[in-house]
Amino acid sequence: MRPVHALALLPVAAVLIGPFFLNRVTPFLFGMPFLLGWLSMALVLTSIVMGIIFYSDKKFRAARGDIRNGEE
Amino acid sequence: MNSALIFIFAAMLLALGLGIRARRGKDMNLEQWAVGGRGFGTIIVFLLMAGEIYTTFVFLGGSGYAYGHGAPAYYMLGYGSLCFVLSYWLLPPIWRYAKKHDLISQPDFFSAKYRSPALGVLVAVVGIVALIPYLVLQLKGLGIIVSVASYSAISSTQGVWIGAAVVALYVVLSGVHGSAWTSVLKDILVMFVAVFLGLYLPYHYYGGISEMFAAIEQAKPGFLALPSKGESPVWLVSTVLLSTLGFYMWPHMFMATYTAKGENVLRRNAFVLPIYQLMLLFIFFVGFATVLQVPGLQGGDIDLALFKVSLQTFNPWFIGVIGAAGILTALVPGSMILMTASTLIANNVYRPLRPQADSDHIARVAKFMVPCVMLLAIWFTLQGGKTIVSLLLMAYAFVTQLFPVLVASLLRNNPVTRPAAFASIIVGEATVAWVSLTKSSVGALFPFLPEPLKDLNVGIVALILNVIVLALVTLFTRKTVGARDMSVNVT
Repeated sequence: MRPVHALALLPVAAVLIGPFFLNRVTPFLFGMPFLLGWLSMALVLTSIVMGIIFYSDKKFRAARGDIRNGEE
Repeated sequence: MNSALIFIFAAMLLALGLGIRARRGKDMNLEQWAVGGRGFGTIIVFLLMAGEIYTTFVFLGGSGYAYGHGAPAYYMLGYGSLCFVLSYWLLPPIWRYAKKHDLISQPDFFSAKYRSPALGVLVAVVGIVALIPYLVLQLKGLGIIVSVASYSAISSTQGVWIGAAVVALYVVLSGVHGSAWTSVLKDILVMFVAVFLGLYLPYHYYGGISEMFAAIEQAKPGFLALPSKGESPVWLVSTVLLSTLGFYMWPHMFMATYTAKGENVLRRNAFVLPIYQLMLLFIFFVGFATVLQVPGLQGGDIDLALFKVSLQTFNPWFIGVIGAAGILTALVPGSMILMTASTLIANNVYRPLRPQADSDHIARVAKFMVPCVMLLAIWFTLQGGKTIVSLLLMAYAFVTQLFPVLVASLLRNNPVTRPAAFASIIVGEATVAWVSLTKSSVGALFPFLPEPLKDLNVGIVALILNVIVLALVTLFTRKTVGARDMSVNVT
């Protein structure tokens, strides 16, 4: 586990804690009921956060000279 | 024969054709047939896993749930985020271990990790039991689509038989290569249909998406937020959690992991797949657009929402296009599920009973099981009753019970003893089975719980019992029996 991995807690909190406080229809978020807009945002956030983690880890492994991963 | 039916049968034939083509020139031993020789790159693994996401469950179940229940359908977006977060850390160690030990199926993993073939058999049985409702819901979808597209000339029972025959034929002909290639075709078509319907219907009937939601909020206040009782925020969060933990416990998802060429293939998918999930939004829009246009669908009929609104909006040929997309969303995952169940029976239940059987023999048994499993699924499908989403939620509650034992096995020093692994899975499954059969709720089970907690998803309650049993039995067996005997650590 590297410090950058802590970013993954953001979408987890958005999805598992958010609904208790944001269970409402208005105001509309992105033209959708608030909770739906919120969860959609969490989905996009997941992708961004996991992308950051992926590329950061990749650089880290490359720097360490770890060539176990068959993809590249 | 109307024009809609022509499209549908063309889609079935095309899928079969692609399946046969994909297989050509490859030697079909069990490893080729089931895990594609472990040679798939990011794109194919992506498609296999995405193919598992966009099943009839989403296409008809997702729109139907939004139509019938409203906001509770949002839970699908929630676990769509979190299961991929989890996958980033969960899948690479699974892949490494499976590769090192040449594993083919999910029970192989458990039996190797715990050095217990009997545990493998138990996990196989759990997997098969959970896969049946998953297959049943695909067949339900096939039945609905064929019957609607024929404008009721074909009954949904006949539709189920036709669809089931195509799925079984497809699996026997092609195995996993077929699934991967038809996935490409399916995903393009489904993407197109979902985005088109999800935008067209709200604009056509309401003049826009937020206008549609405003109209629904006015007609049915509160429908677009979670109720305070029943499918409440507690229900949503516990259901998201259950589905997140269970997502990769599905035997076919576990096996899809093995098909990857390297572990980075799996890591990369953790940020590509969530974006793909956004398609769910358009499916929800379809369901919500239907709320005020085709009111009155009740119970199991909510799964018809997408087609009911399409029928009153489009020409028959376009119903055919939607139907073709729908057929593929049932056919591809259906074939994957059926193949997995058959492989499990042959490899992980039959083989331990007849250890002297050679690989050819096992492969023949696997193929023989295909029609057998299918007949069982058809039988359950024709019993009717449940909606697509409720079927899947029940199946999720089953598979998720494997999670604690799996995670423990990935620890460097796994403290869990073999008897504890058995006890945890059995207690978890027994709880789910009991609740499903008696149709009781958490509130009825534990009347002493505070009111909000009574809305917890039943699967989560079973999971908590499961973990408690795991811990207790581990402690107990470590103390009484020589810990050395029970140790399951293996590199």
